[in-house]
Amino acid sequence: MTDEDGVVASDDDGGVHLSPDGERATPALVVDHLTKRFGDRVAFDDVSFEVGYGEVFGFLGPNGAGKTTIVRTLGTLLAPTSGSAKVAGIPLTAATGPQIRARISIMPELPGLYLRLTVAENLECFAGLYELHDSHERIATALRAVNLSDRANDPCGALSKGLRQRVGLARALLNDPAVLFLDEPTSGLDPVAAHEVHDLIAGLRERGVTIFLTTHRLEEAERLCDRVAILNTTLRQIGRPKELREQFFKRTLDVRVRAPLGEPAGVFAQLPGVEGWEQATSGAYVLTVSDPDTVAPGVARALVGAGADILSIVESRHSLEDVYLELMDEDAEAMRR
Amino acid sequence: MSFSWTRVGAIFHKELRDYRRNRFVLIFTMAFLPLVLVTVPTIQLFTISLSATNKALDTRVGLSLLYLLVIPAILPATLSAYSVVGEREQGTLEPVLITPIRREEFLVGKALAILLPTLVIAYAMFGIFLAGAALFAHPAVSSAVFERSHLLVQLLFAPLLAGWSIWVGIAISARASDVRVAQQLGVFASVPPLAIVALMSLNVITPSLPVALGLAAALLVVDGFGWRAVSAMFDRERLVTSRHT
Repeated sequence: MTDEDGVVASDDDGGVHLSPDGERATPALVVDHLTKRFGDRVAFDDVSFEVGYGEVFGFLGPNGAGKTTIVRTLGTLLAPTSGSAKVAGIPLTAATGPQIRARISIMPELPGLYLRLTVAENLECFAGLYELHDSHERIATALRAVNLSDRANDPCGALSKGLRQRVGLARALLNDPAVLFLDEPTSGLDPVAAHEVHDLIAGLRERGVTIFLTTHRLEEAERLCDRVAILNTTLRQIGRPKELREQFFKRTLDVRVRAPLGEPAGVFAQLPGVEGWEQATSGAYVLTVSDPDTVAPGVARALVGAGADILSIVESRHSLEDVYLELMDEDAEAMRR
Repeated sequence: MSFSWTRVGAIFHKELRDYRRNRFVLIFTMAFLPLVLVTVPTIQLFTISLSATNKALDTRVGLSLLYLLVIPAILPATLSAYSVVGEREQGTLEPVLITPIRREEFLVGKALAILLPTLVIAYAMFGIFLAGAALFAHPAVSSAVFERSHLLVQLLFAPLLAGWSIWVGIAISARASDVRVAQQLGVFASVPPLAIVALMSLNVITPSLPVALGLAAALLVVDGFGWRAVSAMFDRERLVTSRHT
C-alpha cells in the first residue's frame, strides 16, 4: 500500500490519500511489529499495518482478540511491549503521548459522559482539555454533525443510550482529529440507534475523516470500511472486503431448474468459463466460474438447449462474515491440534 | 507540551458543576456535616462552667475549636477519595485520559476543585462559630475563643489539613479499586495530622507559636510535594486496564 516514495495510495481509484496538511509522505497510522503483553498474557502480537489519510479502516475480531488494547496502545494509554508505531505522523513514545492525543480522538465502547452535566457542559469540559480557542463554534459544529443541536442543554443522564453514543461521537469530533478511533461504536445499541450511528460514520467518511473502527459487527465493517483487518491476537488477514471474499471463496453460480437434468455433465462441462460443477440437491447445481456476469448467459442458453425449465441462476454471495467464520474455524482447528 | 492551566481549569470547572448537581455531596457532605460540626462546639461553649480554671476553660474551648478543624480534614477526604476511582467506576476516566491532559494537570484540577469549597465552608463555619461566641457566650468564654493562638491555629491549619487530606485521598483513590474502600481509607488517613492539632488544642503539646509554625511548615512541605508524589502513583495503564503492572 505504500509506494517507493512513501505515498499512501488508494488501491482501486488510483487516487492518493493525503494528510490533512497536504503532505503525501506519511500515512495516518503506521504500525510495525507491535506487541502488547500483560505479564504472561499476550494481548496482541507482532501486528503490522498502515492506514492512509481519509481511509475508513475496520478492525475485526472476537472478544478478547486485542482490538481495544490496540486502540488504547495507539492512543498512548498503554505502552507497547515491543514494536513501533507512528500515529498521525508522530512516533509513538512515552514522551510524545500528549502530542499524539492532541491530534487524535478515541470514542470508547461506553461514551463515559458526566451524567449530571448537560451535553454542552460535557463538551465544554473537553474543549478546555483540548485547549480549543473557538470552543463555542466547535461545540456547535460537533453537535450539528451528530444532529444534537436541540439537545445541548439536556442533562446527559436524561438521554437514551443511542443519544449518549452520539454525544460521545460529538466529543470525539471536537478537536477535528487527524485519526478518529471508534471502539465498538454500536455495541449495545438497538438496530435503529445503530443505523443512526452508521449514517453518522458514513457522513464522516464522506468528509474525509480517517477512521479506525473496531467492531465485531461484520455487516457494519462491510458497509462502512474501505479495508478491514481481522485480528485474533495476531493479524490474520488484511484487505478490502471484496478482495478477502474472493481470496477465501471461489466465485459460483447457483442454478435451479424445475426437474433434475438427465445429463448435467453434458450441459455444464463444456461451457466456457465454467471451472467445475456439483449437484447440491435435486434440480439445484453449483457452478464454479471465472466471472459470473459473462458465464451466466451461456449457462442459460445451454439449459434452454437441454430443454430445462430454469427457475433461477444467481451468483452465490459470500459475506465478510463467511470469511471471518472461516478464519475463526481455522484458528479453532489450530488450537485443537 | 507544557503545563496548561486551561486544562486544569477545565477539570476544576467540571468538578464544581458536578458537585452542584450532586445532591448527596451538596446536602450531606457540604451542608449537613459542616453544620453538625459547628453546632456541637457552639453548644459546648454555653455549657462551660464559669467557675472553671483558666486552664480548664482553655481546654474546653480548644476542644470546641477542634470540631471545626474536623471540617477541613474530613470533607476533602471523602471528596478526594472519590476523585479517581469514582470516575473510573463511572467510565468517565478513560475519555479524559485520552485527551492531551497530563496527570499533573488532572490532579491539580481535582485538588483545587476540592480545596476551594472546603476552605469556603471551613471558614464560613468558623465565622458562624465566632459570631455565636461573640454574641451569646459569656465574656470570659468569648475572650478565650478569640485568643490569638486559637484564631491562628484555625486560619493556618484549615488549608494545610485540607491539603494533606486531598493528596492522601487522591493517592488512595488512584490505587483503590472500590469507592467505598477509598473513602474509608481516606477518612482514616486524614486523622494523623488532626491528632497532632488535637494535642495542641488540648494543651498536651504546648501550643506555642514555634510549635504551631513548625507543624504548619511540615504540613506545607508535605502539601507542596504532595502532587508530585501522587503523580508518581497515577498510572494510566493500571487505571485503564485495572491491572497491577
